[in-house]
Amino acid sequence: MSDLTTDHPDAEKLTGMQHEKQYEFSLPEKYFFKSEKGLSKRVIEQISHYKNEPEWMLKFRLKAFEIAEKKGRPKWGPDLSSLNFDDIYFYIRPQDKKGTNSWDDVPEEVRETYRRLGIPEAEQRMLAGVGAQYESEMVYHSLKEEWEKQGVIFLDTDTGLQEHPEIFKEYFATVVPPEDNYFAAVNSAVWSGGSFVYVPAGVEIEVPLQAYFLINAQSMGQFERTLIIGEPGSKFHYIEGCTAPTYNSDSFHSGVIEIICQEGSQVRYSTIQNWSHNVYNLVTQRAVVHKDASMGWLDGNLGSKVTMKYPSTYLVGEGATGEVLSIAFASNGQHQDAGAKVIHAAPNTSSTVVSKSISKGTGRSSYRGLVQIHEGATGARSNVECDALLLDDQAKTDTYPYIEINEKTAHVGHEATVSKLNDEQIFYLQSRGLPEAEAAALIVRGFLEPVAKELPLEYAVELNRLIELEMEGSVG
Amino acid sequence: MSKNQLEIRNLHANVDGEAILKGVDLIVPKGEVHALMGPNGSGKSTLSKVIAGDPSYEVTEGDVLLDGVSILDLEPDERARAGLYLAFQYPVEVPGVSIANFLRLALNARREEDDEIGVMEFYNKLQNAVKTLNWDESIIERNLHEGFSGGEKKRSEILQLLVLEPKYAILDETDSGLDVDALKVVSQGVNAARSPEFGALVITHYQRLLNYIIPDVVHVMLDGKVIRTGSKELAMELDEKGYDWLKEQVAA
Repeated sequence: MSDLTTDHPDAEKLTGMQHEKQYEFSLPEKYFFKSEKGLSKRVIEQISHYKNEPEWMLKFRLKAFEIAEKKGRPKWGPDLSSLNFDDIYFYIRPQDKKGTNSWDDVPEEVRETYRRLGIPEAEQRMLAGVGAQYESEMVYHSLKEEWEKQGVIFLDTDTGLQEHPEIFKEYFATVVPPEDNYFAAVNSAVWSGGSFVYVPAGVEIEVPLQAYFLINAQSMGQFERTLIIGEPGSKFHYIEGCTAPTYNSDSFHSGVIEIICQEGSQVRYSTIQNWSHNVYNLVTQRAVVHKDASMGWLDGNLGSKVTMKYPSTYLVGEGATGEVLSIAFASNGQHQDAGAKVIHAAPNTSSTVVSKSISKGTGRSSYRGLVQIHEGATGARSNVECDALLLDDQAKTDTYPYIEINEKTAHVGHEATVSKLNDEQIFYLQSRGLPEAEAAALIVRGFLEPVAKELPLEYAVELNRLIELEMEGSVG
Repeated sequence: MSKNQLEIRNLHANVDGEAILKGVDLIVPKGEVHALMGPNGSGKSTLSKVIAGDPSYEVTEGDVLLDGVSILDLEPDERARAGLYLAFQYPVEVPGVSIANFLRLALNARREEDDEIGVMEFYNKLQNAVKTLNWDESIIERNLHEGFSGGEKKRSEILQLLVLEPKYAILDETDSGLDVDALKVVSQGVNAARSPEFGALVITHYQRLLNYIIPDVVHVMLDGKVIRTGSKELAMELDEKGYDWLKEQVAA
């Protein structure tokens, strides 16, 4: 296969780019394989071939491609007209070898990128024991010994497919089939990387399982596919944070996250994405929650140009519970279209959604939510609260709450508020000695606090730092 | 010109084009507590806001000098860091921000970046202030004024005063809406702050507060000006006779 070389004509111009200012830099790239631009049958075949996948996966990919072609893009939601697939690389492989097991083996370039993003020492250390996704594939993966002893599987998804084909095949694409939506179909066709997590029955993991994601190639698509399985009575927290350097042409990120919460399990999934402001971030996240199990989502959207993300929870077993806590920050030129979807399909299920959004300048944040209560889901309870904060007169926010109730005994509450950054609050805080920008940042942090307090400390600190960066120059 | 005083000199200010302050002259020397009394609408609250730098007011004439230096060109936060404090009549709520966090930030804003206050030092300071106000320690973890009663808000203003240790404080009707017990506690706090290094201007409607915070000097404000300055007996007189006799005197 002569295509699978570094000699691709486009490879040249992607290298050697220099950083211009903070958060807008890139390091020279060393790729062994980069697919041609655009999405085609040939590209898909190459990906599958290169990954040495079983035949069924190639068939699955090609079928998904057909479905995507048939479906076409959604006709609702944010404007995606400048997202051009013909300009995007759907697969790039950063290094020849499979993922390594120690931090020291992670290429210096990758570590340099972490450093320049200002990821604190402590957080870099946290990366030990996690998969860090650089480019389209895991380059680093390690699993703490005690987890292994407990039978926990924590791998990049490609390795998961190779090493645990039975578990993989049993659950893969059962929660989000390619037919579900256009971007799920695209992801199914070209997926690469992501995390594969399997926690056996009764196993509780106290330390969160963490993955750090980065993309670092111009116009490179990133299509991670995460599959998380919590067996009965298991309990764990999976965390993913994304940070990306800024490039001049549009990037595309479209992940699929599938989570299975078996009976009595407690699973949490937290993510804060801070893609650079040229990334289209279109993600399908969904969990199926069985009897007496609970699923908690924490979803933070700070970066990207356009985000479409609605973590979904299907409460299919009696007594299942779901929680979605969501934060969105839409700055100049950004559209955060985020929300939650909760389906109550069994009796005595309950759900809580808390959404906090902030808009600034030409930024726009939308809450799009669906609460559906099926007939027979007796005693189901759902409570939705969405609060929007506007930092100036130009900023925009809107709410699209859909509620469908087909069960008389259900209790559903919905509350929405919109507020503006308040001059009186600013003056008050200033009168205590805080400069105006700091006062505004404090108000914003306070607004987000009900959600932020659920984050592990390191992430909360990082969130605060990102908000302070966002708030600089936004008042006065 | 004394370096150890808060001086308001011929201060004129408008809100929405309407003149509210029409030439206020007033001096609060360090180490003294002065009371500012006057009927509704006389401009007392406006005066406090103008001194603190509320951008909704426009100063048209005059000056405010803190230890001999004009502060009119300073931002509200710069004035605060220079040593000024305003206890608000209606303190706002800031949801999600705990009192402890907020006060630590406010204290650190007064210090150099590489000289943040130590955790123990801070908590000792905060605990002492909480004790002075007979308050429960759990208060410091509550969000700033969120769900506070009127009295709790006023107490919080004094708590902040004790922690931030300004050179000059203006208390804007801190007594309004307080029952006698709360009034005593709040006064206890203000009296605890009294020192040769601290000056205060206590704005009030009623003489009642001045039974607990004994003022060195009493000023009376009417229609945007200070029309009378006297000893604490002046407050008693006003309490007995109301403001009308003063109005008549001014008109005459």
